[in-house]
Amino acid sequence: MAKSKSAYSVPGKIGKTERHIIVVWVDNEAGVLARIAGLFSGRGYNIESLAVAEVDKKKHISRITIVTEGTPQVIEQINLQLKKLVPVHKVADFKRGEKDILFRELALFKMLANAKKQEKIKKICKKFNPVVLDKTNKSFVIQVTALRAEIDKLAIDLKRLGLISTSRTGAVAMTKGPKIFN
Amino acid sequence: MPKLFTGAEIVFKALEDQKVDYIFGYPGGAVLPIYDELKNHKSIKHILARHEQGAGHAAEGYARSSGKPGILLVTSGPGATNAVTALTDAYMDSVPLVCISGQVPTHLIGTDAFQECDTTGITRPCTKHNWLVKDVNDLARVLHLAFEVATTGRPGPVLVDIPKDIQFKKGKYSFSKSTLKKKLNGRATHKISNNELDKFIDLLKKSSKPIFYTGGGVINSGPQASEYLRELVSLTGFPITSTLQGLGAYPGDDPQFLGMLGMHGTFEANNAMHDCDLMINIGARFDDRITGKVDEFSPGSKKIHVDIDPSSIGKNIKVDLAIVSDVSEFLKSLIKRFKEKNKNFLNSNKQKTSRWWSTIEKWREKKSLNFINSNKIIKPQHAVQRLYELTKDKDTFVTTEVGQHQMWAAQHYKFNKPNRWMTSGGLGTMGYGLPAAIGVQIANPGKLVVDIAGEASVLMTMQEMSTAVQYKLPIKIFILNNEYMGMVRQWQELLHEKNYSESYTAALPDFVKLAESYGCVGMRAKTPDELDEKIKEMVNIDRPVIFDCLVDKAENCFPMIPSGKPHNQMILGPEEEEEISDEGKILV
Repeated sequence: MAKSKSAYSVPGKIGKTERHIIVVWVDNEAGVLARIAGLFSGRGYNIESLAVAEVDKKKHISRITIVTEGTPQVIEQINLQLKKLVPVHKVADFKRGEKDILFRELALFKMLANAKKQEKIKKICKKFNPVVLDKTNKSFVIQVTALRAEIDKLAIDLKRLGLISTSRTGAVAMTKGPKIFN
Repeated sequence: MPKLFTGAEIVFKALEDQKVDYIFGYPGGAVLPIYDELKNHKSIKHILARHEQGAGHAAEGYARSSGKPGILLVTSGPGATNAVTALTDAYMDSVPLVCISGQVPTHLIGTDAFQECDTTGITRPCTKHNWLVKDVNDLARVLHLAFEVATTGRPGPVLVDIPKDIQFKKGKYSFSKSTLKKKLNGRATHKISNNELDKFIDLLKKSSKPIFYTGGGVINSGPQASEYLRELVSLTGFPITSTLQGLGAYPGDDPQFLGMLGMHGTFEANNAMHDCDLMINIGARFDDRITGKVDEFSPGSKKIHVDIDPSSIGKNIKVDLAIVSDVSEFLKSLIKRFKEKNKNFLNSNKQKTSRWWSTIEKWREKKSLNFINSNKIIKPQHAVQRLYELTKDKDTFVTTEVGQHQMWAAQHYKFNKPNRWMTSGGLGTMGYGLPAAIGVQIANPGKLVVDIAGEASVLMTMQEMSTAVQYKLPIKIFILNNEYMGMVRQWQELLHEKNYSESYTAALPDFVKLAESYGCVGMRAKTPDELDEKIKEMVNIDRPVIFDCLVDKAENCFPMIPSGKPHNQMILGPEEEEEISDEGKILV
């Protein structure tokens, strides 16, 4: 489209996007996930992955980890808008690639493979804490934990070795060392 | 054993403890227990609207003119969905509303029961927060929390959905203030530091082309904020412009006031915003009707933004100094600090800003709000001007619908006090003004309340005239009748080769007879020479009036920043209308 000269409703320059991991502590109450997801969809933000579980049974606090992509301005808005939600206690924001943050994603792979192939597969998965969860003479379920990109690559490699089903969690995150998010 | 109350009793106990005096609503199956309880609470009066949207806008008018939250009571299903427009309107314009909705009994939720809808799901994006109460023992806490959320930080609507069985069930009631520990929108614990104040004052001192740009946040912060704003503007001697929602915070007839800015703002206000070297935004949100193309918005200025909502800062425009605060608290501290250190600021600064003021005076000479008057046909701008001249000595409250008449009202009616101007700015809801006027009149008995309306908008909620008559509310519906959806017609003229597609209403009612059928007074003005007398007559009638003012059908609202032009190039009048580029036509 030709460059518009209009004073109204023309998109401004779009900055470079960054991938961020946003961790949100929320009251584990009905509809809280819909509030978070609705905020993202309603404002046109992007959710790449999402991991949720209650982490404090007594206080009913859930920890939500969201992987998202956006310009610095959008990421700032996501943080500020999340903080405005009533059930949200705190929000932590990490740029992908920050040094003192740990990220992990878990994946289950179901493979059609005989014993010989199974050994080969275990070898490929060796670096990613493989655990065999189920085994028959025809099939095989293996669990790995790794970074997102590593699992992406692994899934491609396993494809030709008989991968028939993949199940993945979203990423979860934690800081290194003794300090915690506050 | 504490005394137990039914859910319906708890609702009213909470409303009483929150000092609620009026509820706007409409009964229905799922709220009958609450309506049944109404008779036992004489301090709370219920205003029966004719449609839940009307009840919602009336609650908004009540809230905006009184500074207190508006209360809305509706039934499940269609009652709740009808309220959605009003809730969204309140959300966009930061109006505190507490909506209580009935819901089908808990055991029927999720079964597609009669008049069931997912009310909390539907209203989630148009409320600050909402609750579905499934345990009667939660009800008191939730209701008080609802009031707190609605009225603290940046105000807004909330909704409490109460299933019918919960309204019957017995439970405990308690009222403890400040149930919400978390700071909402940053207000609760934010202390303004001297460092922030000094940075602010330093920017003021360095500027030779400053401008104050103020918005609805000043009004929402309470009448004190307007007092502080006037003091600060007079201490600095700087020019000031206001958004649509901010009108009235600073006197509209003061020489330092440049008029409204934005798409239909004055030539001087928009040019000053474009050319300034310091922009001081107090309680406004850099809305797209103000900024135009953000990349070319006020390119040479340092920008300060004071807002209670941290997410408003940096959302559209990057600023140099961001201050998260309530306007009133901030201005109070700022003025104190400013006075301590800068006794002679005004004198020393006069010289610095004198060139700026003479530039502004040159822009002012354009008289951008002028129009070509006629002695045969009533020009809509002339009608608003006459209405202003003939009502300015009273403490008049004005509401509007949405469209050309709304912009003419904003341009030509000069407000001197906050909370006197109620208009749907963010959502742009046609049909807002009439029910809002009802709420305003309830909150301000004995005051003159005028809805400056368009004939198309007002028909959207016309049924509420019946409400006005029932409660003897002498609101004045001043219709600038041009038989067109005027703003649509104007855009079609300028942007769509005069293809007036569906913007003409061919079968309008006779508004005088319509008024009479509602049991109120109908009047009509056809020519300029009868206008004044008729307006005077309208003002003196102590009953609701529909005033059908027949105006020029082809008049356009200027100045206007058209699509396809940069921000500092406005169309000033009909003689300057130009072709608009093809790219400009796709824009709204």
